[in-house]
Amino acid sequence: MQVYLPIAEVSVNAFLLLGLGGIVGILSGMFGVGGGFLMTPLLFFIGIPPAVAVATEANQIVASSFSGVLAHLKRKTVDLRMGVVLLIGGLVGAALGVQIFNFLRALGQVDLLVKLCYVLFLGIIGSLMFVESLNAIRNTRKGKPPARKRHNWIHNLPFKMKFRTSGLYISVIPPVIVGVLVGILAAIMGVGGGFIMVPAMIYLLGMPTKVVVGTSLFQIIFVTAFTTMLHATTNFTVDIVLAVLLLIGGVVGAQIGARIGVKLKAEQLRILLAAMVLLVCGKLAFDLLVQPSELYSIGAEGGH
Amino acid sequence: MLRILLLLVALTTPAQSEEVVAGLSQNTISISTNFDGSEILIFGAVKREQQIDRDSDLGVIVTVAGPRQSLTVRRKDKWAIIWVNQDSLEVQSAPSFYAIATSAPFSDMISDEADQQHLISVDRAISAGVASEGVIDKDNFTEALIRIRSKANLYQMNESSVALRADTLFNTSIALPANLVAGNYTVRFLLTRDQQVVSQYETAIFVNKVGLERFLYSLAHEQPIWYGLMSLAIAIAAGWGAAAVFRYIRS
Repeated sequence: MQVYLPIAEVSVNAFLLLGLGGIVGILSGMFGVGGGFLMTPLLFFIGIPPAVAVATEANQIVASSFSGVLAHLKRKTVDLRMGVVLLIGGLVGAALGVQIFNFLRALGQVDLLVKLCYVLFLGIIGSLMFVESLNAIRNTRKGKPPARKRHNWIHNLPFKMKFRTSGLYISVIPPVIVGVLVGILAAIMGVGGGFIMVPAMIYLLGMPTKVVVGTSLFQIIFVTAFTTMLHATTNFTVDIVLAVLLLIGGVVGAQIGARIGVKLKAEQLRILLAAMVLLVCGKLAFDLLVQPSELYSIGAEGGH
Repeated sequence: MLRILLLLVALTTPAQSEEVVAGLSQNTISISTNFDGSEILIFGAVKREQQIDRDSDLGVIVTVAGPRQSLTVRRKDKWAIIWVNQDSLEVQSAPSFYAIATSAPFSDMISDEADQQHLISVDRAISAGVASEGVIDKDNFTEALIRIRSKANLYQMNESSVALRADTLFNTSIALPANLVAGNYTVRFLLTRDQQVVSQYETAIFVNKVGLERFLYSLAHEQPIWYGLMSLAIAIAAGWGAAAVFRYIRS
């Protein structure tokens, strides 16, 4: 069944969009990532104009994250206090990120920088997580207890706050900084930023993996809602028909994913996420390194 | 007064010996939610005021051109180890859609000069909107633009697809792809003899969005804040709805 998208001005198969939404939704529910880093490139691939894909994806992430966070709230795996602290940073970061994005667009190289950002961040995070979770799995096999959280410089900063759900007593500075950085990247890369925030929460803040997923979803809802409004009012590129089709698949997928996630061990979850992140990274790096079959591309005037 | 004068002038100028009388299967195309491309049937007849000597062959060319848009064509080049967009060419106006149907092989029907004058072939019709300054090898960019759009069926050259009967009646059809841009589409009819255009006629097809498509499009552009809030409300409702449904299924 073909559907004509009013804003994107292209006709696409409705079932293809539902399927894409569903698959990305499952991953989103399992790992607590919005799925934007997978969905946005997939939308480019099926012929949605990039500007529309990025803006609409933000809206779709709101839906799948909301659905996911409800499942996590029921299981009490959301650290609301930590979520609000991250969110404050995230909104500041998103506003900054949009400014940086517009500046890069004026330079005419925004596509390249977005891709390099992807390759760099996905590469670093993916490899770190992969190695770490592989070690964790090996240690549990040998019967060694998991390494205790070490106290590092992060614990010596001022403005300490108690995060009961995470079992942490740390300064608010690192979470705010994580929020700002993720917000900037989210706005530039057109994603929710979960794939960066989740590892940052685990490795930098030392939060328990089970809480990390729900908390990051909580923060992502608000940051992507903010981004959606920015895109809708400045670029008019949010395609509601596209968003609805993606989110029908997405919300159902997120529910299924959240339930699969409960059944898997934390290390298994992390190694799967790491493998996926590395896969996307490899594909993007490959595209940058290999000579494309079509060297030319057509863009609307004003770039992107 | 002036109008009557103009009319008189028009009437007294000798009529062209051959003229096109043409029709379209539809002169408006509505883009609704299930729009999946469209095919327009184009037909017509050649009207003659006087006998024509039959030494030369009559040819019919039909072109359909979509609304013009400005765009940028970029080219990737190797920079260190990665492929990066480097040179670019700004195209002030290129048709979003351009199709030609002819009654014989194009090069037999029309001379290069006539093509240059009337901007008929895809190359000429596109190149006309390309700025001459800037990149040195602008031909490569124009070629790439045509190549990419031809692959997407946005630029079409359908030689010998116009059926011409008894040098009088003709008909053809042009397929419009699903990713059609709304706007006015110009349909041109050209009659050729001895590789020259002897007569031409122009009409238009209006492509517009209807129903839900139109409502959403105008809302997004005229009330962006409400549109944005509506998108968010739908997203949150869908997220909540799915969670509720799953809770119900499990209990």
